[in-house]
Amino acid sequence: MKKGDVFLICIVICLAAAGFFFWSFRSTGEGGTLTVTVDGKVYGTYDLSEDQEVEIDGEWGCNRFSIKDGTVRMIEADCPDQYCVNHAPVDKENETIICLPHKLVLEITDGEENNEIDA
Amino acid sequence: MSKKVAMAGMFTALAMIFSYVEVLIPINLGIPGMKLGLANLVVVVTLYTMGVPMAFAVSMIRIMLVSMTFGSFSAMLYSMAGGILSFCGMALLKKVPNFSVIGVSLLGGVLHNTGQLLVAMAVVENINLIAYLPPLMIAGMVTGILIGIVSAQVIPRIKKVLHSGA
Repeated sequence: MKKGDVFLICIVICLAAAGFFFWSFRSTGEGGTLTVTVDGKVYGTYDLSEDQEVEIDGEWGCNRFSIKDGTVRMIEADCPDQYCVNHAPVDKENETIICLPHKLVLEITDGEENNEIDA
Repeated sequence: MSKKVAMAGMFTALAMIFSYVEVLIPINLGIPGMKLGLANLVVVVTLYTMGVPMAFAVSMIRIMLVSMTFGSFSAMLYSMAGGILSFCGMALLKKVPNFSVIGVSLLGGVLHNTGQLLVAMAVVENINLIAYLPPLMIAGMVTGILIGIVSAQVIPRIKKVLHSGA
């Protein structure tokens, strides 16, 4: 291992730590709504205080998620990689569960329709 | 030259096997996209033993073959983005003095994850995915260092084979 390698390790750790702190600062809020988007378009919004199971039949595939005690979890998906099903449940504002093959994003928002981020 | 081509073909096949083996070892820490990056071992070794063009060919052909065999077109898009970004970073860093193969492989791991995440963000049109970047960077760094340590052992041996007669 050379000097440059150590330097690079430090840079990566600093960047990741900065990003992590910035993020934990941003997502402390208790979101009240789950916004579901498919291919960048809003598919529906769901109240987190209401326990429910929702099935999404999108253009690219099927997903089923549940809301229980304000926590969102993906239960089923017919995608090959199953990353979304294995994803840890989310309950904080700005947290997401994504199913990339289905271009599906479950995102916790504050309930007011003002945080549409235009990518 | 023919020896080099044969070796490159073998390396591509090896990289494919590594990609397949990787799917069989699921590392699930709740972060999508975390992988060992075993295939990068082959790319790094090729980069150091056969040069930039050969290594680029091995990397790209591997991604195309793996996506066509086990994945989908969209999977190819993510891998390509990660693969190209990671390869450019590694090829450039290799030219900089004071960096060993460990640093090069580390940068490759980090950039691979970054590239894939950027494409994912573009596909689902959601900037909040950036939250995955810090853990993915750390994961890319750790696996990159491991791959670098192994590469440092493998490279001199491959060089010996390449430069021996016959």
